[in-house]
Amino acid sequence: MKPVVHGCMLRTVLWVAIAAVLGIGTATRPGQAATPEEVIAGAARKVVKLYGAGGGRGLEAYQTGILISAEGQIVTVMSTVLDSDEIDCVLDDGRRFPATLLGMDPRRELAVLTIAGEDLPFFALNESDRVAVGTRIFALSNLFGVAVGDERVSAQHGIVSAMVPLEARRGAYEAPYQGAVYVLDCTTNNPGSPGGALIDWRGRCIGVLGKELRSNDSGIWLNYALPADEAWRGVQAIRAGETQPEIRVSPAKAFDPILLGFVLVPDLLDKTPPFIESILPGSAAAAAHLQPDDLLIAVGGKSVASRFAVQRALGVLAEGDPVRLALVRNGTIVDVDLGPRPGETQK
Amino acid sequence: MPRRPTFLPTLFVIVVCLCCHIAGSITSAAEGIASVLEAQQRRIDTIRQASTASVAIFAGEAGGGSGVLVSADGYALTNFHVVQPAGLSMKCGLSDGRVYDAVLVGLDPTGDVSLIKLVGRHDFPFAEFADSDRVAVGDFCFAAGNPFLLATDFQPSISAGIVSGTHRYQFPAGTILEYADCLQVDAAINPGNSGGALFDADGRIIGLNGRASFEKRGRVNVGVGYAISANQLKNFLGFLKGGRLVDHATLGATVSTSEDGRVVISDILESSDAYRRGLRYDDEIVSLSGRNVRTVNAFKNILGTLPAGWRVPLVYRRSGRRVEIFVRLAGVHAAAQLAAIVSGGDPSAEQPQRPVPQKPRQPDDPQQPQQLSGKPPVATLPQSLRGLYEERSGFANHHFNTVERTRVSQMIASRGIFKAHAGAWIFTGRLPTGEPFRIELSDERGLIDLPTGTTTVDATGDLDANPSPPGSGGMLAALILWRRLLREGPGSLGRTTYWGTAPLESSQRGTPALVVDVLETSVSAVESRFSVGPSGRVVGVELWINSDADPCEIRFLTPLASDPLEMPGVIEVRHGNELFGTFNVEAASLETIDAPIDNDVNKKAPAESGAASGATLHDSISEARDES
Repeated sequence: MKPVVHGCMLRTVLWVAIAAVLGIGTATRPGQAATPEEVIAGAARKVVKLYGAGGGRGLEAYQTGILISAEGQIVTVMSTVLDSDEIDCVLDDGRRFPATLLGMDPRRELAVLTIAGEDLPFFALNESDRVAVGTRIFALSNLFGVAVGDERVSAQHGIVSAMVPLEARRGAYEAPYQGAVYVLDCTTNNPGSPGGALIDWRGRCIGVLGKELRSNDSGIWLNYALPADEAWRGVQAIRAGETQPEIRVSPAKAFDPILLGFVLVPDLLDKTPPFIESILPGSAAAAAHLQPDDLLIAVGGKSVASRFAVQRALGVLAEGDPVRLALVRNGTIVDVDLGPRPGETQK
Repeated sequence: MPRRPTFLPTLFVIVVCLCCHIAGSITSAAEGIASVLEAQQRRIDTIRQASTASVAIFAGEAGGGSGVLVSADGYALTNFHVVQPAGLSMKCGLSDGRVYDAVLVGLDPTGDVSLIKLVGRHDFPFAEFADSDRVAVGDFCFAAGNPFLLATDFQPSISAGIVSGTHRYQFPAGTILEYADCLQVDAAINPGNSGGALFDADGRIIGLNGRASFEKRGRVNVGVGYAISANQLKNFLGFLKGGRLVDHATLGATVSTSEDGRVVISDILESSDAYRRGLRYDDEIVSLSGRNVRTVNAFKNILGTLPAGWRVPLVYRRSGRRVEIFVRLAGVHAAAQLAAIVSGGDPSAEQPQRPVPQKPRQPDDPQQPQQLSGKPPVATLPQSLRGLYEERSGFANHHFNTVERTRVSQMIASRGIFKAHAGAWIFTGRLPTGEPFRIELSDERGLIDLPTGTTTVDATGDLDANPSPPGSGGMLAALILWRRLLREGPGSLGRTTYWGTAPLESSQRGTPALVVDVLETSVSAVESRFSVGPSGRVVGVELWINSDADPCEIRFLTPLASDPLEMPGVIEVRHGNELFGTFNVEAASLETIDAPIDNDVNKKAPAESGAASGATLHDSISEARDES
């Protein structure tokens, strides 16, 4: 018995020694500071839920904001949610504050709000450099408004897929900001996500989740974020009270219906009714049996009273969107489907 | 001596480790890669293991979805909205490449959960549950399932992600399908994933995927899926196994946030148990079922995970005073209402968040509801499932109630030789005041001697007229039925059903509640429920003399030392808000009678009321069949 017990003891001592050695080994290894759970829990304290104007699908009355000072400055995206005298801000701990609009940066589409807070946790936006493509990220946001009160905002994971200039729009309007953004492999184009925090796995804020925009090229919804340094410049400009040049966002380019194969009557009056003058053989219009003298009354379900309205309504559609027309022919209304809208360069 | 050879390699290992440590800077990169590869291999192994428990459900034209096996004998969980269009049976593919028949067992339409049973094996692979309250935002998780019904070879599709949110509340879609206290994930949850499990990094079930937020792009994943929490599933599993159509709980009161941010009672039904326990308008809710309530959502979250009929602790605050009560929760729906929903009588009820254009064979599209109780259901069942279905109102499949009742009966019977003790059962001891008491129970009567006097109850007739001793709510009646249950089994108690599982709060603070099986009976004009512990010991009885009033609640605590029958050492009796008495038993004497036992049983049965004895006959027949 005795030698066995002795052996056991010895081995125990040895294993403890091995464990200690390995333990030292791991403890000194860098980058082991915090688990993803800890990183998210820490960062989420600096993200707020914002409630303002809106309501209904496509025009939600909520979005996300990021605390950028201990006294309660918040950066978020400029949107219709802020078109309200009463903007409510709910902190991670459930405390609710009225927020006031300090200023806006129309070019970057950012806004800074203030609440009467003190000793609040906040992100320093000027601390981090641009991150490389492939960087693993978390996106923290008030998506779908699913978190209320002291419930924590949602966390999603992904990577930075690309850093490219933003070429996007919402509906008819081009995005005024056309600088570089992070394109994300993470579905952040959800209602309520705009203004959320893009963080790296060390918990640093590396970007501000952008508005719900679609790509100019493909029409797909973009998952993107404004890099933190760019957001920081916007914040500084707003803080400095710089008067931003009013930016007229240009409506979508009018779309020439000839690309679909039909020509409208010449624009003689201010509001020339959109009668069809001629049809190009072999075109989508010809395939759909459009006829000269058809009077267009709706594009995509929206009424069009003039030639210009038709061009604009077609311009609002993205490439690939279905083109559905309603027209009056011989006193009856006819619905016509012209198939996907071609791109503007297609000739 | 045989230890020596193992010692040398150990020494070798430590030397190697030391070398590694010294050369740490050189090897750390290699170690890093090795640990990544190792983590990856672990993940692959975990996913492979979890895949074996995943079920691909195909319901023909009605679509299909996913499920997950939770026991070796083939019980699998899935969504109500997956099973509803399928009807009573479905085909289930496992990752072994084989197809198994499965039969519907239980339904929870409100919670969107359904239990099915696969047949054909006794060694099905299955997954364990995790404690979903310990899941943290940021935890790795993965979903295994049958999105878009792609798993035609029955190998589940895996989508990985992180937990995005915990304790989420999702409003009912339509009038039902409430997702309370659910987990939110960014793992892709698509149509067809419904009913499949969400697993943690160790391959344990943390939830059941069933819902997603959709926007702009139709019914496809946008990184926002919801899973019913594993803890909610565990709460309902007992009821589902009992073949029931289960209901969720309501407090009988509504709450709102007061101006100063407290969660207060904004309305309360006077007929509710909560009201009878003392809860009133404007009381602040501090906690429910052991979880803190700081928001209205939190209150709804907790309530949404609880089955109707459970008793749970509730702490409220009034004028700065903290009060703890135990509240019996009522059902959200009337029984007929639930039945209507299940049979597709309420088409508005099962819409997902967004209606979709009809496509043929849409996975888990909860439309085209078929009558689950359509005729003739049994005849349409596959051969392998015949005999595993029995229709009865209030049940999804009454056959499985019989199975569970038989299981519990056998557990009780396994504890001993109560049958032989046909004579009087006599318990003597002292009250906390030191005064003596004596309880006598026999086939003919129940009797109690107390310092305040002696009362008796006739055990041969109806028990509803005599709530003796006064103030107990029916203590003697409950003890008479308890003795009958122990001696003769549930068959002697009229129409007995398996109710489900419930937590039985410990009388000692801080000790977790014991999860017990509950049998429900209606006999001798009284309703009663018996709590049966994991070892088959009956640990409590509740008896309602009048279904609108408070029951008599009896707990059998601390078995008598050195008593092979484990008769209770302490009998605790409560009624309403009062502790009626604590009976410290010093001696229990169970008389045996030499008369043939079977005759005794037969003699007794006709003594019951007509309706009850009819039920008894029915019960004993079905039990005989079960055991065959």
